[in-house]
Amino acid sequence: MTPERDVLITEVSLRDGSHAIAHQFTLEQVVKAVAAMRDAGIPYIEVSHGEGLGGSSLQYGLSRTDEMKLIEAAVSIRGESRISVLVIPGIGTIADMKQAAELGVESVHIGTHVTEADVSAQHIHKAKELGLETIGFLMMSHMAPVGKLVEQAKLMESYGADAVYMYDSAGALLPNQVKERVRALRQHLGIDIGFHGHNNLSLAVANTLVAIEEGARRVDGSIRCFGAGGGNAQTEVLVAVLERMGIKTGINLYRIMDIAEEIISPLMASPPEITRDILILGYAGVYSSFLLHAKRAAKRFGVDTRDILIELGRRKTVGGQEDLIVDIAAELARMQHSAP
Amino acid sequence: MSKLKAAIIGSGNIGTDLMYKLRRSEVLELTTMIGIDPQSDGLKRAKILGYETIDTGIDGFLERPELADLVFDATSAKSHILHAKKLRDAGKIVLDLTPAAVGRLVVPSVNLHQNLDLDNVNLVTCGGQATIPIVHAIGSISPVIYAEIVATISSKSAGPGTRANIDEFTETTARGIEKIGGAKKGKAIIILNPAEPPIIMRNTVYALVAPEGMDKDAIRHSIMETVAYVQNYVPGYRLRSEPLFDDNKITVLLEVEGAGDYLPKYSGNLDIMTAAAVKVAEDLARHRLSGKMEKGADQK
Repeated sequence: MTPERDVLITEVSLRDGSHAIAHQFTLEQVVKAVAAMRDAGIPYIEVSHGEGLGGSSLQYGLSRTDEMKLIEAAVSIRGESRISVLVIPGIGTIADMKQAAELGVESVHIGTHVTEADVSAQHIHKAKELGLETIGFLMMSHMAPVGKLVEQAKLMESYGADAVYMYDSAGALLPNQVKERVRALRQHLGIDIGFHGHNNLSLAVANTLVAIEEGARRVDGSIRCFGAGGGNAQTEVLVAVLERMGIKTGINLYRIMDIAEEIISPLMASPPEITRDILILGYAGVYSSFLLHAKRAAKRFGVDTRDILIELGRRKTVGGQEDLIVDIAAELARMQHSAP
Repeated sequence: MSKLKAAIIGSGNIGTDLMYKLRRSEVLELTTMIGIDPQSDGLKRAKILGYETIDTGIDGFLERPELADLVFDATSAKSHILHAKKLRDAGKIVLDLTPAAVGRLVVPSVNLHQNLDLDNVNLVTCGGQATIPIVHAIGSISPVIYAEIVATISSKSAGPGTRANIDEFTETTARGIEKIGGAKKGKAIIILNPAEPPIIMRNTVYALVAPEGMDKDAIRHSIMETVAYVQNYVPGYRLRSEPLFDDNKITVLLEVEGAGDYLPKYSGNLDIMTAAAVKVAEDLARHRLSGKMEKGADQK
């Protein structure tokens, strides 16, 4: 029997968390996590490379396990949960999406940078044709004014998306900014609105609550903040808070707490702490998955990770531009050496 | 020296930029600009510059086929499929700048000389023109097991055609990396960045080579030579830094600044297509003019 849900939560740790461990998920880890998430009553479980289908690359990190194998295994044990995948046009293709659909995926998130929605038209049309629940998303939503965000979200609605999410990919949005954005989206769109936060400024749960108050019906979380940068809204905390507020998620609190403790925590490279580098991601408005790449480049070129991240923010870098990190680190190193 | 007569079909940004580049050519004589909108900026400019203008598209040109022997197609993939057939029947040489890929994919530094007799040449994609030379340069020293390219372009320089079918870019480029670049497996990624002022086109090439007997100096030298070759027809093509070596992984960071003929300088992605098209067309024309058509030399 399907439980009653006021808000639909998508658990993203098996996708966003991929960034935090340099895409090293094993089949066994994913199977164990999905089974437990299913038993906890989580409605949507996202499984893909961190950068979405086709993300396995030298640019973002090669997957240890073929994501299609992970997806296939997740689908085979999904129970009442739906397995969802993520696609960023320009990285993942329609062919990738088809393959996932053939494996039994039922839902897809298709996204672009907040100003580039028209690039998703073809993928959204195709996803609908494939019979997938199709959710458009706009990344780095802090980089565009509210009017632009609404205009781009409306494009995705016009392509046939069933819902549109705004992603705070940099964990840079403040609660009042989330409020005005979700409110505007609700005013101008007829479809469901979603919110995906990052915890770089320790605001992910707070921002998610604001989004829900403003009428967002879908939200993302990652158990134990297992996501890129500071992770996302901590799902088990969110479930507890929503329960206290009388908002039904249909997720069993004890069970999801146990998953955090027993399954997700051991997968994490480090405990969910907001370190100085993570804090800078939110402060500078930089794509959360740049974190590990910037750390590596800082080490290689002998510069401060924070200087790299600040520079990436200053140059208005968008999601996916990981190759610029080495370039900037090399440049900073040259400047340091030539300084008097 | 006599010149081969050329026409451009498609009076948009690409076609108009081509027109300015062809004005400088010593082997091609641009005679005609073909469009479908008499009000388009490209047709108006062509008229002012004294070229024949046709605003009834391909059929208008085919009524006066003597105007050109070589036609640049700067329309769309869909239109090109139709144009390719008609122009072939009319016996014209066609340089295809759309992603239709009807003809053989050509990258000047790699496979132009083997393909001088073709009558339909496709220029792959902007990302392909910028990166395949590098993949091939590396591969000419050490076998490339895997090559991946990331092209980052300014949002303003991504036209509606690219946006409506972004997979065409990733898939055609990946195919070019394998078929022309010689990598065993290829992958392409494209990113649009809306920053203002617009960013210059950036390309990153990652290549994994067979680790045995890898000669860093030879690879570095081969890359430098290729960059210099491409610079002959795309002056704004340059390395952002020395090639980076991590074990058997090679990373090459490139940027492409346009010549600013008609298109703004940041749109190196468009410039490298028009510049490569002119380069290929000129070599094809030289080959024809020098009468060196060796029968049967064409590879199938």
